[in-house]
Amino acid sequence: MDKMPKWADVVLIPLISLILAAILSALVILGIGEDPVAAVKLMVEGALGSTYGWGYTLYYATNFMFTGLAVAVAFHARLFNIGGEGQAMLGGLGVAVISLYVPWPHWSVALIAASAAAMLFGAAWAAIPAYLQARRGSHIVITTIMFNFIAAALLNYMLVNVMRPEGSMDPATARFPAAVHLPTLNEILAPLGIPFSKAAPANVSLLVAIGACILVWALIWRTRLGYEIRAYGHSETGARYAGISPFRITMIAMLISGALAGLMAINNVMGEAERLVLNSTEGAGFIGIAVALMGRSHPFGVFLAAILFGFLYQGGAELALWTSIPRELIVVIQALVILFTGALDNMVRMPLERLFLARSRRRRDRGEGAPLPERKPTRPGE
Amino acid sequence: MNASATPPAIELRGISKAFGPVQANRDISLSVAPGTIHGIIGENGAGKSTLMSILYGFYKADSGDILINGRKTAIPDSQAAIRAGIGMVFQHFKLVENFTVLENVVLGAEDGRLLRPSLARARRILKDLARDYGLDVDPDAVIEEIGVGMQQRVEILKALYRQAEILILDEPTGVLTPSEADQLFRILHRLKDEGKTIILITHKLREIMDATDTVSVMRRGEMTATLRTADTSPEELAELMVGRKVLLRVDKAPARPSRKVLQIENLRVADDKSVERVKGIDLDVHAGEIVGIAGVAGNGQSELLELLGGMRPGTGTVRLNGAVLPLEGAGADGQARRRAGIAHVPEDRQREGLIMEFHAWENVAFGYHHDPAYQKNRLWMDNAALRADTERKIGKFDIRPADAWLTARNFSGGNQQKIVVAREIERNPDLLLVGQPTRGVDIGAIEFIHKQIVALRDSGCAVLLVSVELEEILSLADRVVVMFDGRIMGERLPGETDERELGLLMAGVGSQAA
Repeated sequence: MDKMPKWADVVLIPLISLILAAILSALVILGIGEDPVAAVKLMVEGALGSTYGWGYTLYYATNFMFTGLAVAVAFHARLFNIGGEGQAMLGGLGVAVISLYVPWPHWSVALIAASAAAMLFGAAWAAIPAYLQARRGSHIVITTIMFNFIAAALLNYMLVNVMRPEGSMDPATARFPAAVHLPTLNEILAPLGIPFSKAAPANVSLLVAIGACILVWALIWRTRLGYEIRAYGHSETGARYAGISPFRITMIAMLISGALAGLMAINNVMGEAERLVLNSTEGAGFIGIAVALMGRSHPFGVFLAAILFGFLYQGGAELALWTSIPRELIVVIQALVILFTGALDNMVRMPLERLFLARSRRRRDRGEGAPLPERKPTRPGE
Repeated sequence: MNASATPPAIELRGISKAFGPVQANRDISLSVAPGTIHGIIGENGAGKSTLMSILYGFYKADSGDILINGRKTAIPDSQAAIRAGIGMVFQHFKLVENFTVLENVVLGAEDGRLLRPSLARARRILKDLARDYGLDVDPDAVIEEIGVGMQQRVEILKALYRQAEILILDEPTGVLTPSEADQLFRILHRLKDEGKTIILITHKLREIMDATDTVSVMRRGEMTATLRTADTSPEELAELMVGRKVLLRVDKAPARPSRKVLQIENLRVADDKSVERVKGIDLDVHAGEIVGIAGVAGNGQSELLELLGGMRPGTGTVRLNGAVLPLEGAGADGQARRRAGIAHVPEDRQREGLIMEFHAWENVAFGYHHDPAYQKNRLWMDNAALRADTERKIGKFDIRPADAWLTARNFSGGNQQKIVVAREIERNPDLLLVGQPTRGVDIGAIEFIHKQIVALRDSGCAVLLVSVELEEILSLADRVVVMFDGRIMGERLPGETDERELGLLMAGVGSQAA
């Protein structure tokens, strides 16, 4: 009765989607008179060919892990949090406040405090749309989009009028003090004797992101709260029957989601820029949606998808730098990947499902298949 | 009747249809003589609806032929079915709620771009149809303002307006009161006398016996028998449906009611649109008895169950074992009700009682996920304990397939319901709320579920049963309460009443309770 083997769902479909996106991208590159093979080579070289490239790829991936997890957690409660961008901006504000105005003895303490502030600010920013959804029924997609704009305006105001250092022309905060500088991968790996590019921005936040993946997995699949979130996400009437409060789940899921998006700021603000600038999020909140879609809202899937998108980001930047392929086209390529892995999922899924069905029917007609659905060897979420 | 003189109105030859690994129809042949009523009976999932969907062009058969009036006919879509003279009345009506009867009849069959001439013509034709078949409906009434019985007539009129000679009705009495059902069957006989051919799909043995000339039995995608109705009996049909002998009556000892468990006084409950659906009822349920609430769907029974189950607020007084239950706010949710000793088998197991995407073992905790037995500590679920409990329930309640890892969606209706029943009954509640326990459940599982409910009653539980199946109420309940329009119309003992009397009460006619 079950349609497809698990591996086809998890591995084959994203892979085929990716290949389709790659083919279409190649055609586009051909169309503007460039060589797609050379372009791919350049992207792979630039993103994965050196520790410098890896350092950038992993830096972007760290951002996408946080925002991807944010979207994934909300997805499990069937809430579509498009506001990762704004929540991450607010998280940046929290990180900046903590880093600038409190003297810290050591980066590790600063990181804990900054993480807490980033999560708090992000969660607070998600709390308002969550409340409006849970109590007033205002659609969370609309409100979170709106809150992205409000966040951008608020950040603009704060940077121009409040946090900009005296005399500076730049809408940005001052540099953070050296004590809150987070160790880069270079600094972490050097004592182990592993050489890593000094210039690359990947930092200790990557480990935090990986930790967040594990924690989110445990939350969703192992705790009672996760059970309630998933139950509510699958059926609201079911939740009402079981005495699971829709208000409570909506609020908690969105608070966790906002906190995860906000937490991204320890990477891009504290780890990389070391000051808060306008548009520091660079659209990572939106990429998070694609990452969650492609990762099937599973933390491990999010982890892999985040690295893929990190590769696309970094490879794309290299393309823009070294070829005459315009920056806009890189966005087109990224959009194609999102389109195929996220939005056009069913285009690949349906024919594939039919294929597997036909195959299992043939096998059964030959008398090989079991009459009952086989006990699944893989256990989703385990 | 001379079968060789006129070809059958419908003939199916060797129809097969598979959905993936599921063979929904296997080599089905059927022949229905014109001007007869032919019943098709079978359990849920036996393939009745698939067969009719093939006949109406929704699905394409993998193999086999359809012959209409002796001519081989391809039916690739519903338009082709209509052209071939087939009309379908679905279980769930396909009417536009805020259109008039006339507009609904014309919809999709307009003569041209301008509506007015079509409507005028339709009005004339409707008048003729009403005269010919006794199908009186006000053409200017708006659908949402007329009753379900009328709405069903509109569906029949739609088919006749499209010149259907063959009418297929899928579970037509599911939403009707007994008297509305009687009216429907009178109309069907009139249609038959006028030469129409009717196929009646149902799972109710009584309707087959009362209304049809011939009957086919389906089981597991196959046509197991076609019989003349006059030559068969309900027992024989039930056995053909299930494949073994079944007890159609519930075997139970007389109830021995003791203390009052549930006391309801002047209870009022509103639905999601703030329309009052329970309008001040008083009701007691004692330990050791099953109180059945009869009524046509939509007369407040669902809201009553939902309030007691903590899914909906209300006003009035409800006492459980003498203690007043809060009826709104945080203390009135499903968790609080479960703690108070109320278990709830909800009316809609797929939307309420189960999470269809969850594994069987996850569903076993549903609603009881706060139970310390299922927790390692405040935060972590003890999934291993949960799975062990599920394995035990699977064995005890004979849930098939016996696989705790299967998602709820992949169990049959009967086994889904067994999961819910196992979960709720094993709590040993003081009060068990049961809504439509056997809707969409095969006869074999019905027998099992009824036995479990009776066993729980005998162990001293109070049971409140809501069902739209009068037969079920009459056979299972120790006391029958009839609800109409949010009020209790009367109370009867099952042994001292019959479907006719209850039917009148369900339609809002008859004396108040003594």
